Order: sequence, then C-alpha cells, then structure tokens
Amino acid sequence: MPVFTQPVPRGLRAKLFELNWAFVLLVVLTGSIGILMLYSVAGGSWDPWAVRHAVRFGAGLAVMLVVAMVPPRLWMSLAYPAYLGALFLLVMVELFGATAMGAQRWIDIGPIRMQPSEIMKIALVLALARYYHDLPPEKVSSPGGMMIPALMIALPVGLIAKQPDLGTAVLTGATGAVMVFLAGLSWKIIVPGAVAGLIGGIGFVRYGLEEYQRARVMTFLNPENDPLGAGYHIMQSKIALGSGGLTGKGYIQGTQAHLNFLPEKQTDFIFTMLGEEFGFVGGIAVLVLYALILGHCLMIAMSCRSVFLRLVTMGVTTTFALYVFINTAMVMGLVPVVGVPLPMISYGGSVMFTVLIGLGLILGAHIHRAAEPPKGAGLFG
Amino acid sequence: MRRDKQEAQAQFNRRTFMAGAAGVGIFAGIGAQLYNLQILQEDEYRVLSDNNQFSFRIQLPTRGRILDRFGETIAENRDSYRIYLIREQAGDPITALDRLARFMPIGEARRERILRDLARTPRFQPVTVAEGVDWETFSRVNLHLPELPGVMPDVGEVRTYPMPAAFAHVAGYVQSAPPEIAGDDPLLRHPAFRVGRTGVEIARDEELRGAAGSLKVEVNAFGRVIRELPDQSRPAQQGRDVTLTIDSEVQRYATERLGTESASAVGMDVVTGEIVVMASTPSFDPNLFVLGIPSREFRDLNENPYRPLFNKSVNGLYAPASTIKGAISLAALKHGVMRPGERVSCRGSVQLGNRRFHCWRREGHGAVNMHDAIKVSCDVYFYEAAARLGIERIREAAVELGMGQLFDIGIPMLSQAGGLFPSPQWKRARTGQSWTMGDTYNVGIGQGAVLASPLQLAVMTARMATGRAVEPTLYPRTELPEFPLMSFDHAHIEAVHNAHVGVVHEPGGTSYWSLGGLGVDGVRMAGKTGTSQVYSISAEERARGVRSQDDLPWRLRNHGLFICYAPAEQPRYAVALVVEHGGGGARAAAQPARDILRELIVKDPAGRNGLIAARHVPFNLAQGG
Repeated sequence: MPVFTQPVPRGLRAKLFELNWAFVLLVVLTGSIGILMLYSVAGGSWDPWAVRHAVRFGAGLAVMLVVAMVPPRLWMSLAYPAYLGALFLLVMVELFGATAMGAQRWIDIGPIRMQPSEIMKIALVLALARYYHDLPPEKVSSPGGMMIPALMIALPVGLIAKQPDLGTAVLTGATGAVMVFLAGLSWKIIVPGAVAGLIGGIGFVRYGLEEYQRARVMTFLNPENDPLGAGYHIMQSKIALGSGGLTGKGYIQGTQAHLNFLPEKQTDFIFTMLGEEFGFVGGIAVLVLYALILGHCLMIAMSCRSVFLRLVTMGVTTTFALYVFINTAMVMGLVPVVGVPLPMISYGGSVMFTVLIGLGLILGAHIHRAAEPPKGAGLFG
Repeated sequence: MRRDKQEAQAQFNRRTFMAGAAGVGIFAGIGAQLYNLQILQEDEYRVLSDNNQFSFRIQLPTRGRILDRFGETIAENRDSYRIYLIREQAGDPITALDRLARFMPIGEARRERILRDLARTPRFQPVTVAEGVDWETFSRVNLHLPELPGVMPDVGEVRTYPMPAAFAHVAGYVQSAPPEIAGDDPLLRHPAFRVGRTGVEIARDEELRGAAGSLKVEVNAFGRVIRELPDQSRPAQQGRDVTLTIDSEVQRYATERLGTESASAVGMDVVTGEIVVMASTPSFDPNLFVLGIPSREFRDLNENPYRPLFNKSVNGLYAPASTIKGAISLAALKHGVMRPGERVSCRGSVQLGNRRFHCWRREGHGAVNMHDAIKVSCDVYFYEAAARLGIERIREAAVELGMGQLFDIGIPMLSQAGGLFPSPQWKRARTGQSWTMGDTYNVGIGQGAVLASPLQLAVMTARMATGRAVEPTLYPRTELPEFPLMSFDHAHIEAVHNAHVGVVHEPGGTSYWSLGGLGVDGVRMAGKTGTSQVYSISAEERARGVRSQDDLPWRLRNHGLFICYAPAEQPRYAVALVVEHGGGGARAAAQPARDILRELIVKDPAGRNGLIAARHVPFNLAQGG
C-alpha cells in the first residue's frame, strides 16, 4: 500500500505542513457558530456567554493543536495510567464528590474543579485502542479478549451511571461498544449479543423501572399529554423549531428563545434556538458542518496504519457523533431529554475541552498516520 | 503476519464504512425530522408560537356616570391607587409582605387575605394588596420600588359618590362581582372591576358598565408583559351616563331635613310623574361598600334599629291612616253614598255590635260634612262613609288611586313593595275568617290591614291632585306624558281638593296651626295628616299612667304621615312623608313635608327645563264647577 511508504513527519515544521487544515477550518467554523448563537442568547450581548465561550474556544484550539503534535507513542504509554487515574477519580467522586443538580459529578482538587467522567471519555478510548493494538486480531473474539474490554467499559459506565448521569454513561458505553465492534468482534457474538440486549432492555423498561421512571419514558413518547411537566420543554422546543420555518425568524428575533419559553437555551437547547432564528436552512447547514467533520474523521481513521490510531480516531469520532446525534434528536423530540450538549456550540467548558482534545488526537493521528508503534511495550511502555 | 494485518485492516475499513453508513442514516433521520417540523408543520407551530408570544389583557371600561336632572354628578369615577403583588417576581410571599410593610401598613387580617389570594392565583398574576391607597403611601411605595421586587403599583378608576348620604338608596352602590355572578367572565373576575349591586347602579348596570376592551401584549414564559401593541388592540368602550329625575339640591335638603329620624319622603312632579325627591334616613356612605366594607361596620349598619340600609321610600310599608280619607271621599261621592253637604254626627265614638270605634278626638266633632270631616280628620264620618260604600267599592277606588299596586320606577324593590289593600277574599285566604263590618270601618280610616309605601302615597296624592292616573318614574321622560283621566268626576276631585286645602288653610284644619301655610307668598298648598297606629294603649296601661305616645318606647310609638301638594291653584309637586314612630302626623311629619314641598316650589326650574317650561294643565281647578 503506497500510503504506508510515506515517512512519519518529524519536527514541528513538517508536522504543521502535514496538519489537516481543512479539518481545523471546519472546527473553527463550528466554534464560531457557537459564539454567534451565544451572543444572541444574551439578547445581543457578549456578556455573559459569548465572550467566555470565545476565550475558552481559543484556548481549546491551542490545546487541540498541541495534542496533534504529540507522537502517538506517548499517548500509547499514557493510555493505561490515564484510564486507571480516571477510574480512581470516579471512585473518589462517588465517595467525596460535590453534589450539583442532584448528581455527584464534580471533584475539587485545589482550585481546579474537574469532572472525572469527561477525562474518562478520552481515557477509555485510549485504553481500549491500546488493548486492541496489543491484542493479536485472532484473539479479539476469544473469551479472554472479550472479558477484559467488557470490564474496562463496564466499570466506568457503572460508576458514571451511579452519579447519576445517564446521558454520559450511555455515551461512554456506546463509544466502547462501537470500538469493540470496529476492533473486529465476530458477528457470531455480536448478533446474539444484540438480540439478548434488546430483549433485556425491553424487559427492563417494562418490569424493571420504578413508576416515575416509566412515567418519564411515557412523557417522552407523548409530550402533548403532559404540557406542564417534563414534556413542556420538548413541546416548547418543537414549537420554536417549527415556527422557525424555512429561513427562521431572524438573528436575535427568536420569540420562543427570548421570551424564555425555551429552557437551557445556552446549553442543551442551543440548536433549537439556531433553528428558530435561522430556520431549516440554518439547521441543515449546521448538520452538514458536523457531517463534514465526521466524514473527515472516518477518512483519517481508514488512512491510519496502526490499530491504535485507527481505534483512537474512531473512538473519538463515535463520541463526537453521539453528542451531535443525541443533542439534535433530543431537541426535536426524537429521544428523551438527557443533558447532552452540542459540541463546540453549547456553552460549557468541560465538554468543549474534552471534544477539542479528542479532535487533537484525530489531527495527530492524521499527521502520524504512517507511524507503527510496536506492540506489547508493556503497561507503561 | 503481514496477511493478517492486511486482513485486519480490511475488516476495520469495512466496519468503519458500516459505522459511517449508520451515521449517514442517523443524519438523514434527524434532517427528515427537521424538515417535518420546520417545513411540513411550520404553520401549526407558528400558531403555537404566536399563542405563546402574544396575550390579550383586558381593558376595563370606564363606568358611566349617574347624573341628576340638571346634570349634577351623583356617581362618578376617580383615580384610585392600588398596590399589587406578583408572586413570580416577589419570591417568598411572607418576606415580600414584610418588605412592603415597611412602607405601608398591612394588618394581620389583610395579610392573611393576601396570602390566601396568592395561594390560589397563578404565579404571574397580580394579587391586590391594597386599594384606594392614599397618595402619600402610594408615592412612598413607588419611590422604594427597586427594593420591592414583585410589587406593582397601579392607577385605576374607582366609583365614588360625592353626595353619599343623599343618594345611597336611589343610586345604590357597586361592588366586586360575587363568584356566583362572575362565573368565569374575565371582566367580572378582574380584581378592579365593579358591578352594580343596588339601586340605579344595578338596575341600569348594563348601560353604565360599557364594554371591556383588550390590549394585545407580548409576554414572556412567566406571563410578564414585555411590550404592548396598541395598534392591534381594541379600546374599552365607556359606559353610558344615566340621568335621573331627582333634583340633587332638593334631595340633599330633604335628607338633611329628615335628619336623624327614621323617615322617608317621596316628592313627585304631578304633571310628568317624575320623582324629584326620594329620601330615606338615616342613610349610609355607599363609598364604604365600593372597596369592601369591614364586616364590623356592616354589622352595625345592618343591625341598627333605624335600618339605614333599607330604602324606606319604596320598601317601607305603613298603614296610610287618615291620608286615605281623600280616597274614601272620592269613592263615596262617585257612588253617591254621601252628598257633599250631608252631615254626620260625631260624638267621639260609634258602637258596632259589642265593639266601640273611637274618633281620634274623644269629645267628638259634632255634625260634620265631608269638607269638614277631611279638614278635621273626623274618624266617625269615615266609619259611616266606609260602611255605606262597602269594602269592594272602597277597594276599587283605592286601587285606582295607586294602593296595592307595584310601580316600576326603575330601581329594584322588594316584592312586598306593592303594599296591601285587603279584600274579603284576601282575609279568608289569610286568616280563614270572613270579612266583618269592623274591618270595613278600619279600612275607612286607613288602618287594619292596609299597607302602603311612601312612593304609593305620593302617587295617590298626585292622582288626587290631578284627577289623572299619574305614573311615577326615576328617569326623565322624552316627551310630556298624557296620563289618562281617572273615573272620578271633575267636581268630586275639586271638592276633595278644596277640603285638602282646608286642612292647611282653614281654621280648625289639622295643620292650620302647626304649618301656617307653605311659606311662599301667594302660593297655597293642600295636605292631609295621618297617624298610623303601631300599638294600642290598653285600659290597664292607661290606669298605670301611660297616657300618651311619649310614655311609650320608641318602637311602639305611632308613625307620623303627611301628604301634600302645591300650588293649590295649579298642582305641580306632591310630597308624601313618613316618620317612623314619630308620633302624630300633624306633629312629626307635616313640617318636614311642607318644607320639602316649599323647596320644590322655590327651586322649580321653570325655564331651566324644557319639559317643565311647557306647562301642562291637567285639571284646571280655577274653572271647576
């Protein structure tokens, strides 16, 4: 394959030359839309969201570029320690974490307030990629080769779900599952497993849920029946989107958003506001932007020589795609309300840094696509 | 090894491709839903969005005024300062009230009422903290508004009655609509809206009320108004003014003249039937009711034995007593049972079976003809006249003169306000006993079961003065009415009229000494006293020394009545007046009635009012035969 004959670039200048600038441009465009919308959320003001979002996004971009320059070897050697560290922090959160909005998600270390579940998103991707990188392909579907990744996924997902943060748990679990699938798990195991999971899931919803939890599922299925409860937000979101029509009500003219009918419009419901103010045209444009970024990610994944970089790229891509899918589907009433932001557009620092670090890893994978780190370099090798 | 690697790479690419395809599928699904919402269902969601964004606020109409016959204001509206509290912005209601209490007094009872209202009102809707706040308090609250979140001052209109005592009964008052009336009408449920509850205010409520308007406003999710859109709003329609026939000057005079007595007076224009005076005392302040009267004050009014809340001029019922003697005379003349000159001998009493019927003058009047009988109010003469007529013919004449009839003058009255004129059928139905000659005797002097309101007495007086079936009204007539002549002969009317003039102007008349005429040069008046017996002093009490009315407790004393009209030569105004438990009519009622009549004559607005300028002569007494 000719692509592998290409040498791995060395030195900053060569790496910058190899940087996927089109990808960077798409990311900057997306972040700028975030700034634009947050300016509108504040009723046409930089305060309090747009300016801070801009600053954080700028810092995040710098971090992304730095991450891209780092040779994959380093990530490989950091994979397991990072995973174990993140797991430890999740346990600490469970034991000592601060409670916010009824869920323990944060941990304070001196002046830094961190969300271990965010670190885990990256760490799990790195650790799984490292594991499969070291595992001979024929052992992927062996009992041992299945048990270890299953544990690696189940432990953090369980801890995150217990916080409780169902959205992040689902996101993390699904990312892990996709990586296992991409690592080459045999169809003979995937198909029966999926069927069993489906039956188990239905059984859980029907018999395993408390009454109020079932009510929430029902509300999601029929938001009009519960106009003042949880369905109210979805209803208002759909009204905002629908009334936007083809071209929208105009920038800073969204009545649903600015008259406060729309909840959480600077975070989870920012896509709704964009759809209300810029209409179908604006909504589709943002979806196309995300699709282009994801398309780039897939191309990069397939161009990588090493299993590690391929899986890291696809792991981050999956997380990123799930953010976009769950958020947009949620505001349109296609999935239940779970607190998942729209990457780089929603206000909020933690998630944006996670996403930009992940995208930095993908950019790095692109630069180092020809690299082939040795297998089995040991736990800290 | 290398083959393995290539195979693994190929498998990875296949599966990545599948994942990509799944992603494309999901994107397509999301895009389809976006298309569905924004393109296919746009219109529906546009309507829902407008419903969210816009709301209509009710605009209260300005209530029409109530005016007297010359356009003087009886009821109007003034600016009223209100303080509202909106829970959505106020936060904890108790701390909000504590904050507000630093700038205005909020009593314990009011505090409880506000908290109760807040609990059952939507969070974003204002709840009244205080109404009719004085300017000083209002401006103090306004000044400190920044430290009082959720407090909303507002200037609205409130009903006010500038002549409260004089018009409390006629004009009535307005109040918040009680829940059973308000239903879910947003206008009636508005905390600042008032509906008529008594008097003209309720009788003409629909005209006075006007029509509510609506103001289109943009609201946020909490219902707070962001912006008003007046060009897309409908203004409120002001209520129409209602004009009464009352002369407020005379009305006030009458109310003051009656003073602290439990009394009432009705004065009419006998030509038009217009009621010019209608007073009932003691009165009350209707302004108290507009903003909600404290229950203790209401109890005091309600339990007062002088019944200030009760409109005695239309709802008070009294035995007409001797004031009915004109009617008996007309009936006797009409049926020929008494010739005008025929004399009846009065020895102070007359025996009927085992009962003795007394004349008010124990020593008797001697032989009296009809003229003198009316003039001196001889009871024995009328026992005889009644006996000769029989109850049916008396009743027929009395009803023609207005007794027992309910007159709709355009304000609410009790159903009993039609009074009572008894008949043998009525007595049988009521008591199971048959009519006796004694009953006829009693009716002959206006006692027994006969009951009439001051309004009915005024109508009877106007009818005797004109010979026409005058109909009373409280609202100006658009054209001069032509009331039909009654069945009594012109000559008979004149004979009775002359006797009524004699009561005041001839020596020996019951009001000759006490009144000394109308008090206006060249104008004579006609009148008749009446003493309505409430309690009969028994022989035993007489023996104990209870000799006169003054020895009895107030509630047992006789009612004093007086009916009168003037000018005698060309009757224009009639007045009927009752002083409850005031003693004899000549003593308690004649002077105030005469004074009110004089006031009407003196203030007669000839030339001020088109209707009155066009003098209508119903019955020319000067040319009578």
